[in-house]
Amino acid sequence: MEKKEIMALLLAGGQGSRLGILTKNTAKPAVRYGGKYRIIDFPLSNCINSGIDTVGVLTQYQPLMLNQHIGIGIPWDLDRKSGGVTILAPHVKGGEEMGDWFMGTANAIYHNLEYIDRYDPEYVLILSGDHIYKMDYSKMLEFHKANNCTATIAVLEVPFEEASRFGIMNTLDDDKIYEFEEKPANPKSNLASMGIYIFTWKKLREALIEDNKVHSNSDFGMHIIPKMLADGETLYAYRFNDYWKDVGTIESYWQANMELIKTVPEFNFYDKFWKIYTKTDNQPPQYVGRGAKLQQSIASEGCEVYGEVHSSVLGPDVLIKKGAVVRDSILMENVVIEEGAVVDRCIIDRNNIIGKGAVLGEGENIPNELKPNIYNTGITVVGENSVIPDGVHIGKNCVIYGKTSVEDYPNGVVASGKSVIKEESRL
Amino acid sequence: MKAVGIILAGGNSEMRLGDLTAFRAAAAMPVGGSYRAIDFPLTSMTASGIGKIAVITQYNSRSLHDHLVSSKWWDLGRKKGGLFVFSPYTSMDNSSWFRGTADSIYQNLTFLQRSNEPYVVIASGDSVYKMNFKKVIEYHVAKGADLTIVYKNIENEDLSKYGVMQMDEDKRVIDFEEKPLEPVGHSVSLGTYVIGREMLIDLLETIIAEGRYDFVRDIVIRLRKKLKIYGYEFDGYWRSAGASISEYYRTNMDFLDKDVRDLFTKQEPYIDTKPKDEPPAKYNMNADVEDSLIGSGTIVNGRVEHSVLFRRTFIGDRAVIKNSILMEGCYIGNDCVVENAILDKNVVVTEGKSVIGLADTPLVVKKNDVI
Repeated sequence: MEKKEIMALLLAGGQGSRLGILTKNTAKPAVRYGGKYRIIDFPLSNCINSGIDTVGVLTQYQPLMLNQHIGIGIPWDLDRKSGGVTILAPHVKGGEEMGDWFMGTANAIYHNLEYIDRYDPEYVLILSGDHIYKMDYSKMLEFHKANNCTATIAVLEVPFEEASRFGIMNTLDDDKIYEFEEKPANPKSNLASMGIYIFTWKKLREALIEDNKVHSNSDFGMHIIPKMLADGETLYAYRFNDYWKDVGTIESYWQANMELIKTVPEFNFYDKFWKIYTKTDNQPPQYVGRGAKLQQSIASEGCEVYGEVHSSVLGPDVLIKKGAVVRDSILMENVVIEEGAVVDRCIIDRNNIIGKGAVLGEGENIPNELKPNIYNTGITVVGENSVIPDGVHIGKNCVIYGKTSVEDYPNGVVASGKSVIKEESRL
Repeated sequence: MKAVGIILAGGNSEMRLGDLTAFRAAAAMPVGGSYRAIDFPLTSMTASGIGKIAVITQYNSRSLHDHLVSSKWWDLGRKKGGLFVFSPYTSMDNSSWFRGTADSIYQNLTFLQRSNEPYVVIASGDSVYKMNFKKVIEYHVAKGADLTIVYKNIENEDLSKYGVMQMDEDKRVIDFEEKPLEPVGHSVSLGTYVIGREMLIDLLETIIAEGRYDFVRDIVIRLRKKLKIYGYEFDGYWRSAGASISEYYRTNMDFLDKDVRDLFTKQEPYIDTKPKDEPPAKYNMNADVEDSLIGSGTIVNGRVEHSVLFRRTFIGDRAVIKNSILMEGCYIGNDCVVENAILDKNVVVTEGKSVIGLADTPLVVKKNDVI
């Protein structure tokens, strides 16, 4: 096995439960973003664009979509003879009765020591599949080497009033870290960890082995970083000043998508030398028909628009029929909006048909009754593979999941804050 | 029924397509907003189970090589079989351009000799269609044919640029005329053939030794009585993107028709092409697009009507694009008018300028030109 100077480990096992029905059958990193992409495309593209050609993707929660999406890594040029992309799932090891699940971020890496050792790397880059950003990891590696670090942690300056929501790095003047505080009530600094770490592998390897003897849920933020600080290792904060978005909640997910439709969006997709790659099976152009209106929106391959679309994000193969109106919404792959339907401030997951004349997203902003902490900003969400019958009216903060029929809508209405869930689901 | 494929992409089409092929082979002509002409025969072959394909190039092959070099997009990056791209080369005893279509296959005869598939499917690289070659091969076998020519009945059109064939009731070809002044019938050869591999090797060795180099003239026409040549009727969509500028224009405009578009983009097998990883297209505040095909990565601010925009084009504020084809990377500034035009790759129309052609003869603007 060829030795690698640096390899990446991408933690893609999380559910992202605050994305509600969107992550019912899909791990968060596989959720679509910006029409044609999936969240994991961003760290994967960053890796190859930074010259990192060996990436282990650690999966656990609902990995099917991720496995299909990543395959052997062709879209990211990660199909390699040496290195390339490897999907790492929890497994039973020889001599064990039962295998172990990944119990924490560092524990997940600990379970894959053998995989990493095969490449005998000098450094490992730890990433998560939860964020939208473009970052040159090779510059971070230079910084790590220049400061002779054991660990380098990418940080973002956040407003002080929000700092208590993050893992905060307390640093000296030269950004050397002396303390890490997870969600501090009274933050001393506003440097928030982005969950992106470079470790010198030899040091991390030792720390993982020792910490996993003590903590079965070994975690980078909770255990490994504090342990390294306590051991007197050199840790530095690496400042990142560009676009970085956590798309962890329904509202932030919606916002991050809507930023893309601005005339000059903050996040630039058009960078020739830092492309974001994704898997596309079929890449036809899109067609805009006679009488259609498509404004302040982005649309992906294979879309056909005959109706009106304003301020929206359309994924691949979306069909908007005549007389339909879509506003302030995100439509993922293969969604059909039938004639005369109105969709207002909704997120509609893949493979959906919205019936003729149906109206979605009307009425008052009443939080969802079942999950008020998830659906509360007026956005109605339709889960994947659902059906919305003709002519029904659906309010705000509603959740629709499964093949619903007219009987599920008393008087043809689902009021704001109500849900229709047709299959056993954890919502 | 196993077969290898040969795609003839070497024709010099400068006469027919003018400036559009100054930098590219006809087989590399951009089609339908996302594709190149060769994607259509290539996908037809792979979807018909043909896993070993030779593309024979000659003129301006750079763009074609660039398109084909990583053959994995057609699932042809294989140890067994895969994609072979042949260009003319020099050797100890031979240094020549291909002297004709038959010669271009003959000079790469090892490709056929090192295969063991019983049949060969030959197709031209600049036609737009979707064909199931399995059916053609089955037909070829059932007829006991030496050579099967795929044809299409084309009516109400000038056939003088095509090969026109006559058949008896059994579909056996009795006459074949290349570019006839007075065509008899309307059965047009699509330049697509099925032939036994060993028979093809024998025929090529025989005619080349006699100093004959052209597949149509020296095999199809000259040997039409000696060989059992049959016609196979294809009644699907077919157009030669490389036949002329007006045919090229029509081929692209055909994609605005739902049936044609659906055939290639919504019905499997989908047409495979090299991915360019462009972001979604963007329609800004005052965008006004109607009856048009829009490629990925395009940004529209003005009006686009009845046009085909390839990838990564930019349309400025208040600009008007009508009845036009804009290839990849075109930039149209504010307040421009582009009508009845074909803009080759990376053409820039600066603010306020107009490019207007005639309805029946679109104006062609050369690659990289700035207006």
